[in-house]
Amino acid sequence: MANNRDIWVFIEQEEGTIAEVSLELLAKGQELAQTLGGQVCGLLCGYEVGDLAETVIHHGADRVLLADHPELAIYRTLPYARVAADLVRERKPYIFLFGASPIGRDLAPRVASTVRAGLTADCTDLQIGDYTSKKDKQVYKDLLYQIRPAFGGNLIATIVNPTMHPQMATVREGVMRRHEPDTARQNATRQGVVEKIAPTFDARDLALKVLSRETRESQVNLKSAPIIVAGGAGVGSQENFELIQDLAHLLGGEVGASRAAVDAGYVSREHQVGQTGVTVRPRLYIAAGISGAIQHRAGMSESSKIIAINTDPNAPIFQIAHYKIVGDVAEVIPMLIRALREKAK
Amino acid sequence: MVSSRTYNMVVLVKQVPDTHNVTSNAMKEDGTMNRSALPAIFNPEDLNALEMAIQVQERYGGHVTVVTMGPPTAAEVLREALYRGVDRVILLSDKKFAGADTLATSYTLKCAIEKIGDYDLVFCGRQAIDGDTAQVGPQTAEKLGIPQITYAESVVNLEGDEIVVERAFPMGKELVKCALPCLLTVVASANRPRPPSARKQIEYKLAATPLEYRSLLEKWNEFGTEEALDTYLAARHLKIPLWTAADLGADEGKLGLAGSPTQVYKVNFVVLETTESKEVLANSEGIAALMQELVKEYIVG
Repeated sequence: MANNRDIWVFIEQEEGTIAEVSLELLAKGQELAQTLGGQVCGLLCGYEVGDLAETVIHHGADRVLLADHPELAIYRTLPYARVAADLVRERKPYIFLFGASPIGRDLAPRVASTVRAGLTADCTDLQIGDYTSKKDKQVYKDLLYQIRPAFGGNLIATIVNPTMHPQMATVREGVMRRHEPDTARQNATRQGVVEKIAPTFDARDLALKVLSRETRESQVNLKSAPIIVAGGAGVGSQENFELIQDLAHLLGGEVGASRAAVDAGYVSREHQVGQTGVTVRPRLYIAAGISGAIQHRAGMSESSKIIAINTDPNAPIFQIAHYKIVGDVAEVIPMLIRALREKAK
Repeated sequence: MVSSRTYNMVVLVKQVPDTHNVTSNAMKEDGTMNRSALPAIFNPEDLNALEMAIQVQERYGGHVTVVTMGPPTAAEVLREALYRGVDRVILLSDKKFAGADTLATSYTLKCAIEKIGDYDLVFCGRQAIDGDTAQVGPQTAEKLGIPQITYAESVVNLEGDEIVVERAFPMGKELVKCALPCLLTVVASANRPRPPSARKQIEYKLAATPLEYRSLLEKWNEFGTEEALDTYLAARHLKIPLWTAADLGADEGKLGLAGSPTQVYKVNFVVLETTESKEVLANSEGIAALMQELVKEYIVG
């Protein structure tokens, strides 16, 4: 099947809800398929999840491979990897995409190792293009450019996988834009077929049992926040970080943080902005005590307005700031809070 | 049902450039990386993995072997492991390993673990800070044909041939039970890695791999030859074994660059447009004026 140009997307679902990132990847898959000419195929695993197949089609799949089995009710590496790897071996897709979620990052490497394919983690962009191999000087047409931050987010690397297909990648959540569902796309029409797969497992696939699990909704929504107040190492203490939270609250915004602030334990990792955290584009971004490592700036430089507060007048964050305040966070933030309260009177 | 058995463990560790502390002086004027400004460190989550293994050993007994793959200088993380009390360390180093992506790396590690042989648990950090891929753990488990438990935060129980582990994700927790042998990738929240012991530091500071002999002889010329130094170190359990591709009996086509399906097409520096910024004075008048401007532009409602 040398001419197979199919693009597969692993459809991540939990308790009957499809992960956002899977819908984002279906949209990206459609875009890639326009260049490549293959089909977009969603691999949907779970138990009693057949109803979701239609949603997968509405969001861009031409075909849904539905593996519905009691052993797939809760995500576990081995049974899921068995289903995915068996199908890959049989049908040889050209590209296979996963969300870079805890599940995607657990499953994709296992599958890639099983089928001996290349895998690139945490991509922030995917494109199609040609590549001349340094190894064999051959030209490979229409490869998947797997673009990702490297070296702690200080560099951007483009990775290719010329021969050991499928070309597999996990893709960062929130960087691709999903399509609005198109309900005209339906099952059993030319646009959208649901194909049921009957998986089989052996005892080794079932070596791990889930005893209990608890999930919580994220309290943090950086991606859609119109205003973000973010703190860095320069905030200096957990106590001072409360000032960041107070200001964010007053502005009706969300709390962000640099990696240094997260590493220092001022705030949880969900708040991390940057190439190694979440990429944001709010209306207003206030960077307090953030010096502005390149990986942080790359994750927030598209904000409409940036206010930076730093004691170091040469901090790199000022290069992209619209408003530059040279001063101590512990003094400047209370002034901002006071000015806001004055305005509200 | 008290288990009387002990558990043999292998911990996979990596020496990495300290990418979390890239300051502006680590970037050169032309935007390239000044690598000498980045110290090489013990990958942080690998220290958590090492700590978890040592704690299991303290509770249940057994052996801890630490393995790293890297250039000769990677022996430093093995000494760091010895300072924390592990039983045995092994360096995997060979020009044939160079240029490996995660698939070729996991194949090499698999060969080493199989050569070590008798193991119940393999530990590694969730991910390394130079690549942040989190792929080597799961891929090594697959190559060994054993289950993986990623995002491991604590070993809740170990009894007979079964382990109970709590996994921690950004959005929840999960308790799993798994048959041994299996591989755990450990998250930073798992524990606080112990510092090196001062006594062990004295005991092992001379520990060296054969790849370091030449430079050691420059310091200690009284040994004269590498053989004499080797005999001296080996007699005192200070010789860090070196395993090459030949020692592993590995299929060379699966090692290093040759065994890596992914290739780096290009690397770009992140270039950001600079903005003309307006200076705001850090006093109440300056801040008040700024706030008025933001309100006027409908940025703050």
